[in-house]
Amino acid sequence: MLSDKDRIFTNLYGLHSPGLEAAKKRGAWDGTKFLLQQGRDWIIEEMKKSGLRGRGGAGFPTGLKWSFMPKQSDGRPHYLVVNADESEPGTCKDREIMRHDPHLLIEGCLIASFAMGAHAAYIYIRGEYIAEREALQRAVDEAYEARLIGKNNIHDYPFDLYVHHGAGAYICGEETALLESLEGKKGMPRLKPPFPANMGLYGCPTTVNNVESIAVAGTILRRGASWFASLGRPNNAGTKLFCISGHVNKPCNVEEEMGITFRELIDRHCGGIRGGWDNLLAVIPGGSSVPCVPAEQIIDCPMDFDSLRNLKSGLGTAAVIVMDKSTDIVRAIARLSYFYKHESCGQCTPCREGTGWMWRVLSRMAEGRAHKREIDMLLDVTHQVEGHTICALGDAAAWPVQGLIRHFRHEIEKRIDEYAANPHSDAVLQAAE
Amino acid sequence: MAVRRLAPKELQPDSFAFTAENAIWAGQQIAKYPEGRQASAVIALLWKAQEQSGGWLPEPAIRAVADLLKMPYIRVLEVATFYTMFNLEPVGKHFVQLCGTTPCMLRGAEKLKEVLKRKIGEEKHVTADGKFSWMEVECLGACCNAPMAQINNDYYEDLTPETLEKLLDDLAAGRPVKPGPQNGRRASEPEGAITTLSDPSLYDGSQLGAWRKRFEAEAAEKARAEAEAAAAAPSAAQTPEPAKPKETRPEEKASDRPEVRVAEGKAPIAQGAKDDAAPVVPDEHKPALLSKPRDEGPDDLKLIYGVGPKLAAMLNELGIYHFDQIASWNEMNLAWVDQHLGAFRGRAVRDKWIEQAKKLATGWRPASDVGEKPEE
Repeated sequence: MLSDKDRIFTNLYGLHSPGLEAAKKRGAWDGTKFLLQQGRDWIIEEMKKSGLRGRGGAGFPTGLKWSFMPKQSDGRPHYLVVNADESEPGTCKDREIMRHDPHLLIEGCLIASFAMGAHAAYIYIRGEYIAEREALQRAVDEAYEARLIGKNNIHDYPFDLYVHHGAGAYICGEETALLESLEGKKGMPRLKPPFPANMGLYGCPTTVNNVESIAVAGTILRRGASWFASLGRPNNAGTKLFCISGHVNKPCNVEEEMGITFRELIDRHCGGIRGGWDNLLAVIPGGSSVPCVPAEQIIDCPMDFDSLRNLKSGLGTAAVIVMDKSTDIVRAIARLSYFYKHESCGQCTPCREGTGWMWRVLSRMAEGRAHKREIDMLLDVTHQVEGHTICALGDAAAWPVQGLIRHFRHEIEKRIDEYAANPHSDAVLQAAE
Repeated sequence: MAVRRLAPKELQPDSFAFTAENAIWAGQQIAKYPEGRQASAVIALLWKAQEQSGGWLPEPAIRAVADLLKMPYIRVLEVATFYTMFNLEPVGKHFVQLCGTTPCMLRGAEKLKEVLKRKIGEEKHVTADGKFSWMEVECLGACCNAPMAQINNDYYEDLTPETLEKLLDDLAAGRPVKPGPQNGRRASEPEGAITTLSDPSLYDGSQLGAWRKRFEAEAAEKARAEAEAAAAAPSAAQTPEPAKPKETRPEEKASDRPEVRVAEGKAPIAQGAKDDAAPVVPDEHKPALLSKPRDEGPDDLKLIYGVGPKLAAMLNELGIYHFDQIASWNEMNLAWVDQHLGAFRGRAVRDKWIEQAKKLATGWRPASDVGEKPEE
């Protein structure tokens, strides 16, 4: 198990004060100036060497992303934008960082902005997180007051940090939609290229990073890339916040080493599966967008990017949604389809029409009111949506359905058979819990 | 996505203007963005306008915000209808947003829906007294505390039908309620005993600055290499260097750092600087050594923090087998042993072996088999 001294988020549960004094005692802002004095190139090189992969779901190497920013400004300002629009179902890690360990995030913003030559950063926090936004704003004000950030700060690097909030759109977690929203428009993703590193916020070079990716930066630089890289497994380095929800005895957030097995994660921190390991049906290992994995495949699987990709799923945001055998898996996935239908921005036809279509068909299938040939038709439609949209929301809507059909086709067929055998009864609806 | 329309005309107020306080607040929001980019503040301003209008966004407010930000009405209308947190129709004084997405559904959100239907009525319907309305929303991002609902600005988590019912009753009666988890949890920690973050040294500030050692070591190494290069420069002309890298070549690879290598059970790479720097301790300070362990067998010297298998073997070779041997040394004895540790030179003093051995000789044992780090 990861030992406490290797944990980055030492106030994950808010047992201690989130204020500046307490945060400093926990190690935030410890020698930040010294780190900045090592220079931009050193910071980016350390981040690359650490093997940190972005914590927002796609797992793109953070150091590499930072290195895409122009080395010299062409007159346009550079921006860092922190994506705190945490809306992926199952994910609730950034919330804890912002309300309990905000100074790690603020320090990370300064370091990342310095490394990219940005003098201003925006944190885009989802609109529903009102208490979290206030907590974060308090911390930002504290940092200004202590002259840790601001125009004339003790780090000799003029830097302004602003908290911006959204108003309840999942799509704004997509980086270009987030930038659109930040500019005061509807959150509709942009075509890429141009990439944000060249044309981002207000047409200026911009990097968008997840809260967790930014908040770990200070600690990685202090303790060294080799420390971070020594945790986890090659190409899947470091520690990660796991959000475990669903049918475990004690759902919780916990910071663990990447590559911990599913069994250890659940047994150690979550008090086991509700009803024991034999009662496990399936797991969605990385937030609603990744396909579900049936029990027998996931139990001893290491929880990291590559291992889960081999199971045709993904680590995503490490939001582990556990489903035991009482779950109506078809309805559970149909509910996710409804989520994507609700959150599609409507810009691309395959997604706008496809998400609603998939939800309607899946809802019928949950009751058994369908034909078996429709299962293949549904699968076909998911492939028509996947990869044919501007952003990844179309993919995200298609994958859970594909995972369902891949592993639980027999369940759908069983329902269709049952319904066909007794077509006039009211469909039996059962709560998926 | 869904079609979202403005409330019918008869519900719309005639006009809207920010209160003086809110107007100042709006100015502060606009100031966050660069010159000419005031449109960025549109969400914040609409949000404030909604708050001022009792939880919903009337059409005059949309116009007022557009005028304030010098935006075309249609652009602000687009924003207001796109983002689902803007309620385009009136809501109750206590507006309940129940999360119904799969993680909450798995933990019983549907039972909560029944409670809301029974206590408040149909979704998106304001009770006659204007106190309540509810709607099902998509994931609110508190999945480890599912099921949950947001009532106005606050999250109420870990709900059961009973606690939700009580919550609604309390709100209706105007009794104070406590936001957050309703089952005694503090945040998203595992219920009951917390499995992590129990090490007190994380919170007392004792770890501050410890990370700098790495940089100091690197800087010292660099300075040494430079000094050596400077010293070697004049003679370099006469004696050509062999093509083979020198033994004392500074190793920069992190995996070659002594502590890393020792942890892996390998000998650290010899660092010439330390050999030169340490004073020579004459043999008169040699402590009493044994040719073999006493009859009861050797102590496990690896329990001394900083001593690994390699170093333990080296000590045995010198004739050191027992904690009480080390405990009986004076500082010069320790220094003598230290200089016979080859590549490990410096360890004995740094890790305060005498102090550690004294403790171990009493029969005390550390919690971990690598020993317990001595206090600095």
